[in-house]
Amino acid sequence: MTVTIDRGSTTAPASGLTVLGWIHRNLFPDWRQGLLTVAVIWALWQTLPGLIGWLFLDAVWRGDRDDCVAASGACWAFVNARWGQFIYGFYPPELRWRVNLSMLALVATIAVLFIPRLPHKGWVITGSFIALPVVSFVLLHGGILGLEVVQTDRWGGFMLTLVVAVAGMLGALPIGILMALGRRSNMPAIRVFCVTFIELFRAVPLITVLFMASVMLPLFMPQGFAMDKLLRALIGVALFNGALMAEVVRGGLQSIPRGQFEAATASGMGYWKMMLFIILPQALRTVIPGLVNTYVAIIKDTTLVLIIGLFDLLGIVQAGVSSSDWLAPSVTISGYVFAGFGFWLLCFGLSRYSMHLEDRLNAGRRR
Amino acid sequence: MPVSRDIGPQAPPRQPFWTRSRIRAAVVQLGFVALVSLLIYFLLSNTMANLARQGIASGFGFLGQRAGFDVSISFLEFGRNDTYLRGFWTAVVNTLVLAALGIFFATIIGFLLGLARVSPNWLISRLATVYIETFRNIPLLLQLFFWYFAILRPLPGPRDSVEIPGGAFLNNRGLYLPKPLLDHGAQLTLLAVAAGLVFALFMARRARMRREATGQPVAVAHWWALGLLGLPGLVWFSTGATVGLSVPALQGFNYRGGMVMLPELLAALLGLSVYIAAAVGEIVRSGIEGIDRGQTEAAQAMGHTRGQIMRFVVIPQAMRIIIPPLTTQYQSLAKNTSLAAAIAFPEIISIIAGTTMTQTGQALETIALAMAFYVTVSLSIAAVMNFFNWRVMRRAI
Amino acid sequence: MKTTSILTSVFALSLAAGGMAAAQTLEEVRERGHLNCGVSPGVPGFSNPDDAGNWAGFDVEVCRAVAAAVLEDADAVRYTPLSNTERFTAIQSGEIDMLSRTTTRTLNRDTALGLNFAPVMFYDGQGFMVREAMDVSSVMELDGATVCTSAGSTTELNLADFFEANGMSYEPVRFDRADEVLAAYDAGRCDVYTSDRSGLAARRLVMNDPSEHVMLPETISKEPLAPGVPHGDDQWFDIVSWTVYALIAAEEYGITRDNVDEMAMSDDPNISRMLGGEGSAVGEWIGLDNKWVHRALAAVGNYGEIFERHIGPDSPLGIERGLNALYTDGGLHYAMPFK
Repeated sequence: MTVTIDRGSTTAPASGLTVLGWIHRNLFPDWRQGLLTVAVIWALWQTLPGLIGWLFLDAVWRGDRDDCVAASGACWAFVNARWGQFIYGFYPPELRWRVNLSMLALVATIAVLFIPRLPHKGWVITGSFIALPVVSFVLLHGGILGLEVVQTDRWGGFMLTLVVAVAGMLGALPIGILMALGRRSNMPAIRVFCVTFIELFRAVPLITVLFMASVMLPLFMPQGFAMDKLLRALIGVALFNGALMAEVVRGGLQSIPRGQFEAATASGMGYWKMMLFIILPQALRTVIPGLVNTYVAIIKDTTLVLIIGLFDLLGIVQAGVSSSDWLAPSVTISGYVFAGFGFWLLCFGLSRYSMHLEDRLNAGRRR
Repeated sequence: MPVSRDIGPQAPPRQPFWTRSRIRAAVVQLGFVALVSLLIYFLLSNTMANLARQGIASGFGFLGQRAGFDVSISFLEFGRNDTYLRGFWTAVVNTLVLAALGIFFATIIGFLLGLARVSPNWLISRLATVYIETFRNIPLLLQLFFWYFAILRPLPGPRDSVEIPGGAFLNNRGLYLPKPLLDHGAQLTLLAVAAGLVFALFMARRARMRREATGQPVAVAHWWALGLLGLPGLVWFSTGATVGLSVPALQGFNYRGGMVMLPELLAALLGLSVYIAAAVGEIVRSGIEGIDRGQTEAAQAMGHTRGQIMRFVVIPQAMRIIIPPLTTQYQSLAKNTSLAAAIAFPEIISIIAGTTMTQTGQALETIALAMAFYVTVSLSIAAVMNFFNWRVMRRAI
Repeated sequence: MKTTSILTSVFALSLAAGGMAAAQTLEEVRERGHLNCGVSPGVPGFSNPDDAGNWAGFDVEVCRAVAAAVLEDADAVRYTPLSNTERFTAIQSGEIDMLSRTTTRTLNRDTALGLNFAPVMFYDGQGFMVREAMDVSSVMELDGATVCTSAGSTTELNLADFFEANGMSYEPVRFDRADEVLAAYDAGRCDVYTSDRSGLAARRLVMNDPSEHVMLPETISKEPLAPGVPHGDDQWFDIVSWTVYALIAAEEYGITRDNVDEMAMSDDPNISRMLGGEGSAVGEWIGLDNKWVHRALAAVGNYGEIFERHIGPDSPLGIERGLNALYTDGGLHYAMPFK
């Protein structure tokens, strides 16, 4: 059996940097790896051309169902025809500018996060986090400022996915922080309550929480107290993710040295003042990557709202693939591939952002 | 609130600050408890009022009633004439089987992925990265729909089934496999194999302890042979066991006989394991990378192969890093079985929070049952993994 | 502490409010300005959002008629699409004022589930659809078949009972949402798709190739589909019930959407009374004004018109009147007298 030792060879490393050297070292270091490489290349050779053909070369870009049935590739014509519905749901076409505007507000808020040296960045971020939902709600729902009311049953598609995701993120954070603080409180009653809340919500699947929100919450409320279906789903999503967030925040709180608490107390600060100005800013900064990972999970979880009858991106794609004018095998698969790609872009982007933040935080610590 | 702040000069010296802080804490807690109780009372009284006003049935009495529906997949015997309670247990077993199979496959695929990620072979590690980044960034529900319809659509109907050598058939009703029919003797033989395995494991453990204590190698091969071949062989011949084979055959609409894996089970299993495996792969990778390079280099210097280093040096230590996040993933898989309801797999949500809830109209009770089940499963997985973790940690010391 | 006491008083107040809110649906609907109506999430012909997202269909017209009668505006309706599992809790909790959603009236739903059913809008029965290529002509030949159905419906129970009674076996594949049942059947997962005959006719339309599928002749159950209201508000129950009767009676008397204004001047005392003519008290008795029937009919037309418009022989669904004809034409629809 050959023993490979890839380090400590006597030749200078620079000589290995030719193309052939790279191939030798990374693809054919010994006969077993070489065999594996050949097998993988063969497998890719078998599958990739077909995949590319299906995705691009043989795909139908424009036309109707009959064109798609006739072709052997994907049916992007379906996505093309339903594009407006996939993005805006049943939102009245003449009012779609309001959706665009609120999406712009969201993008602007995210852009603020990326500005490295902004004066009073913490306050700006907090402010825009509070302003964003208010502005978006006014824009999307209307009813004041002369904007026509658009009921939430008209909301759908990618826009609804964003609404659920953003509301879930913004709602979950305060719940998570309060629960994490409560879990570390020295008051037994509050601690027991928070531990029960966190552990209960962490133990059950989101779908049961959504069922609770959609089916049972109305039973819990006084008669005649009607709450919007979407709002109930949002409450469910926020509570569920709040419990997940609480555990992430707790990790951050635990990483703060005792001295910080003692120093704050010694300088005469009260509990809330100490938490708000000394502990939480530090704790939250250390857990930003964890928070972003939770956000990725929230985005993926938004799809579950289709089970309680809301049309998010996946829900509206699914309704589309089973409608009479598009029912065909290639349409079904194309629809799912399109929705999958949409979610993938969001989640992959966000998780890359989380890695980037992690690097930056670590760089800060190394200094 | 809990930390008292000003002990002004006028504060009486007799009263130490903690007393005040304690009283304050007690008041705050009392207020909090009162608030929570009030909230619970508010919700309960509303619910009671809503139910009573309309004369809606409540309580768990419905569990004893005849269910009246059938399910496609049941590992327990269940039919329309059984009770709702039996239906609940059927759903529990279905869910647990799906979760157990999912955990099994996700672990295997995940470990392979983790190893591939740290492979020196550039192509292999890139492929693993592409797999992980693809599947963990797409919602599971979407993946389940995709697998279900992607599996279902291209498969032929029963009358043009794909024949797999060995008497198996594949069509859009599922994968039909021949089923061994065991007589009494053969069942006893299976038991004997299990007993033999336990026996051999026990002897191997004793041998290892002896070796560790004395440094002398102890042979164990003969114990394995005895446990796995000798004992079952004895039972086999003394009972004159036979094994028949039930081969699926086309009858009417579909294949009868043999055993079948329905598309719902196949798709649910595939979706869950592929999705969770991506997360497991990342956990395994970071576990392996968390082991100090010095360990690997030392082992290399001693002339061990890469495989040996992985098996005897890196993985055993990496397990300590791997197990806690792995527990979370297993719990997540168990919870995510609930999504299989969307592709008609009859698990808890489908049977209890779906059919039973609408047939009886008792939303409160059925959702409570479903939640109680998930809490129990989640806590059980945590308990088992904590035990496993404790063993790994103990051995590592 | 301050926040605690504020919250306490808020809850105390809402407790009191909860206690006071007696079952006065009519008042609530008027105050709110719109009717909350539960419908199916997409059954062509019965209730389906059109391309602009407006709900339309046979079931939807009932909501519109009630809204016209109560609120003087047929468009003042907010539709809540409800799945099988959600529909009963939605009405139990008061989230919706009425349910007009292909729901079969059964003893269990009328009692234990807390619903009151208005008169039947559509007499249906459970049927079976198979592929023509299967060469099956009767339900009795379906022994051993795989059957796609929706979970939590009477369909599911009828299916089990029917196969039991005939000593046949089957394999059920159950989905919560109707479009998933359809997609699975269309993908070849099942031999048979079973549902109410009207639903089958509607879904056959959206099949890949409708001509490949045939309905079997047998009807194995009675499925009287009726609008429902919550228990505990007799006046509201009366309003919804008599709106349905008004639609049927109008067909009997030949009152249509177009001629309702002329008919209001009719010399026939029955017609004149119903439409709120001189000396009529149809509004007073039920707690509305005397023109409520007039408004409902002007908004949606009579039963026959609604039927023709959405599901009748000339619509894409092509359902014959059959049992749903007036009693005078051999059907079952028989309006109680407006006296």
